[in-house]
Amino acid sequence: MSDRLEADSSTNPEAHLEEPTHLVAAAPPGASAMRMRAAVLAEFWHYFSQNRGAVAGLVVFLLLVLTALMAPVLAPHSPTQQFRDALLAPPVWVEGGSWKFILGSDPLGRDILSRLIYGARFSLFIGVVVVAIAVTGGILIGLAAGYFGGAVDVFAMRVMDIILAFPSLLLALVLVAVLGPGLGNAMIAIALVLQPHFARLTRAAVMSELRREYVVSARVVGASHLRLMFVTILPNCLAPLIVQGTLSFSTAILDAAALGFLGMGAQPPTPEWGTMLAEAREFILRAWWVVTFPGLAILVTVLAINLMGDGLRDALDPKLKRS
Amino acid sequence: MSLLEIENLRVTFDTSSGPFAALSGVSYRVDPGEVLAIVGESGSGKSVAMLAVMGLLPPSATVTADAMRFEGRDLLTMSAAERRKIIGRDISMIFQEPIASLNPCFTAGFQIEEVLARHTDLPRRARRQRAIELMQAVGIPEPKRRLASFPHQMSGGQCQRVMIAMAIACAPKLLIADEPTTALDVTIQKQILDLLMRLQADHGMGLILITHDMGVVAETADRVIVQYMGRKMEEADVLSLFENPQNAYTRALLSALPENATGTRLPTVADFRLAGEDA
Amino acid sequence: MLRFLIRRLGLIIPTFIGITLVAFAFVRVLPGDPVLLLAGERGMDPERYQKLLVQFGYDRPIYEQYLSYVWGLLHGDFGVSISTKRPVLDEFLTLFPATAELGLFAILFAVAIGIPAGILAAVRRGSLFDQAAMGVALTGYSMPIFWWGLLLIILFSGILGWTPVSGRISFLYFFPSVTGFMTIDALLSGQSGAFGSAVSHLVLPTIVLGTIPLAVIARQTRSAMLEVLAEDYVRTARAKGLAPSRVIGLHALRNALIPVITTIGLQVGVLIAGAILTETIFSWPGIGKWMVDSISRRDYPVVQGGLVLIAGLVMVVNLVVDILYGLINPRIRHR
Repeated sequence: MSDRLEADSSTNPEAHLEEPTHLVAAAPPGASAMRMRAAVLAEFWHYFSQNRGAVAGLVVFLLLVLTALMAPVLAPHSPTQQFRDALLAPPVWVEGGSWKFILGSDPLGRDILSRLIYGARFSLFIGVVVVAIAVTGGILIGLAAGYFGGAVDVFAMRVMDIILAFPSLLLALVLVAVLGPGLGNAMIAIALVLQPHFARLTRAAVMSELRREYVVSARVVGASHLRLMFVTILPNCLAPLIVQGTLSFSTAILDAAALGFLGMGAQPPTPEWGTMLAEAREFILRAWWVVTFPGLAILVTVLAINLMGDGLRDALDPKLKRS
Repeated sequence: MSLLEIENLRVTFDTSSGPFAALSGVSYRVDPGEVLAIVGESGSGKSVAMLAVMGLLPPSATVTADAMRFEGRDLLTMSAAERRKIIGRDISMIFQEPIASLNPCFTAGFQIEEVLARHTDLPRRARRQRAIELMQAVGIPEPKRRLASFPHQMSGGQCQRVMIAMAIACAPKLLIADEPTTALDVTIQKQILDLLMRLQADHGMGLILITHDMGVVAETADRVIVQYMGRKMEEADVLSLFENPQNAYTRALLSALPENATGTRLPTVADFRLAGEDA
Repeated sequence: MLRFLIRRLGLIIPTFIGITLVAFAFVRVLPGDPVLLLAGERGMDPERYQKLLVQFGYDRPIYEQYLSYVWGLLHGDFGVSISTKRPVLDEFLTLFPATAELGLFAILFAVAIGIPAGILAAVRRGSLFDQAAMGVALTGYSMPIFWWGLLLIILFSGILGWTPVSGRISFLYFFPSVTGFMTIDALLSGQSGAFGSAVSHLVLPTIVLGTIPLAVIARQTRSAMLEVLAEDYVRTARAKGLAPSRVIGLHALRNALIPVITTIGLQVGVLIAGAILTETIFSWPGIGKWMVDSISRRDYPVVQGGLVLIAGLVMVVNLVVDILYGLINPRIRHR
């Protein structure tokens, strides 16, 4: 599903050339650099905060993080405790509902609200881990391909093309089939599938940065390959990577939920939202609430992150800034 | 009767930092067959005025004027559909970037014939014939073959010739040329300018030439309007303007011409303004 | 144009080799002995084991095995299903029309709504319509479609009772498959009500599968139109005195469609990923459900063969889109 989530910026690496962050990197260390960094941040926030949707997304996202952190305090019940006397209890506002199960209970008598609250932990955890693996892998491959060029570049990019030739969810599904169903393997599979986007972006950014004066001068001064790659060039390629990272965060949550729904992700009784949907499927025509709320939780989370992503792109992309 | 009469034209743009006045009360008048040059640096509002006449300003622009009449008809009060019958037929315009001004997806022939289809009753074959004649008239070699060319297959000069062919397709009474030679090579500039002047003389069109080039003004215009920061600085016939400029800004513009240079360094308008403020 | 074609064709060969390598490696990296996997749950005596080992060529060096695998692929041998004993290619060809029909309707649905909505949003930039349309588009873009499908079933099948829950057509109708497209075959059969039944089965899956492409197309159309509307040639078109409908619908749209068509082409991968989920929810007998079922049945030859066929399909469609891009973009066509 990640095919649809390539940051628009990837098609135009040149758009990021004017990115103010390289001023920060090029400036001498010390107080003035600090001040400059603060100014860049302030400018960024100025553009970001003009986008009401992005701010709303950020607020929802922060609330979700808070929910995940405070899950044991917020949840009225344990996410796995089964109330045998209250199977498929309806939500509180429906006839027959009670305050004990605000959003109702599932076929095993577990409190849906509590499971959703704990589920936030899994979704955010999935997003963080997947993006961390994909970004690290993608940056290493992209840096190497863009910096060394030649055969390294051709080989790395061909491999990325091959990964991208498969529909992402299908490849992730097959990978999980090989590795064995489970949340850990699902995360590895999704990270592997998302990683080429980062590799391509990094490579494109590195290749356009390589020609710039500051890189040439750093090379003349005798900086090592590693220093050039990670200290001189990388910080200036960050803008598109941040945007892509945000988009991949939401893709990761969606794909992990899809794998869970297909029985290949997190396994019951884990309160992962996609897995909850899979367990609830056969009850859809009898108890709408067991299906509705987990999906709503996925939608709201993904939407919030995508809203943030749109805002980030507008704030970081100077080409859009001017128009 | 004047061909085009505009009184007290004001144009403001809504920007994120509040309204910006691009034109604050400027009047224009062009007679049939006359060549009027509007001169000024960028930001002087010289294009904005003519875009307002054509109705081509973006929605963020607010246009007001005491009068805006073409052949005595009020352009401000007529409906958009009425105005579109005049635009492209009786008043036409060519622009600064010829290659970008032609649609990359359509052939030169299609784009010329489209004007004819819009404003005349000519059948398809007659339109094609007329397009070939127009291409000949603007000096495009092998017009039949060029009809099938896309803009990216032609040079900037050729594209501008196609633009001119489109503009004169319906024998307009007024042609507005907005910096028509700025984006072209120096050798081509002269050819295009000669072409425009020849067509103007042959058809007896009114011509408004928007430019920042005083040299061009001296060669072409009957009358000159000098604009600066959305205001009219001076209006005069071309001889008296060059012989005896009344306004300080006009003098500054003229002294920035290379042939008028006296010292070792060419003065700029900014030098002059600074001196004026000191005094 | 010719050079562009040759270059593009040259690029797909290494990709295709890569795809076969991935599919080949897939069976090798599976935990356990490949022969035992093929034999299924039951054990087997050593003699038979040895026979199978030779039969499948597992006694030969690995590169020889790969070459003979690719040789087989090139001759249409994509393996044999363990559960049905039918050739994988036959099964694929039987099921593919169902997915193609669903995908085609989904993309038509997405284009028919997405492009007009995108144009209108761009022309009325900042209006209430623009904000609402883009809000809906971002929601669609963020939609977990497996949940969306379930919601639609609850509403339209459960509460309203308007649409059936699963399958391609009611069991009441039987007719031979001619085109493989149920809607067309139903019309050809001449049975009254058959076409209506086929369409009613198709509506919900089409909406579910079309949701994400719809959102992507609407957003892409809007941003392409906004870019194009600021171009000089649009000003020229208006300076000709053309009606706004012609300026927007011909001069601007013709240029804006170039990136939009590329986007539509790229939706094929998205559609197949979506088909896996959509077909599972609606029990739609297509290749998406086939792959999911084969994975859970551990029918590895099908998974392996399906992987190559699907990736090959996506690759070919992307190639066609690239060529189409060249055809609709005069700047590439005449170079």
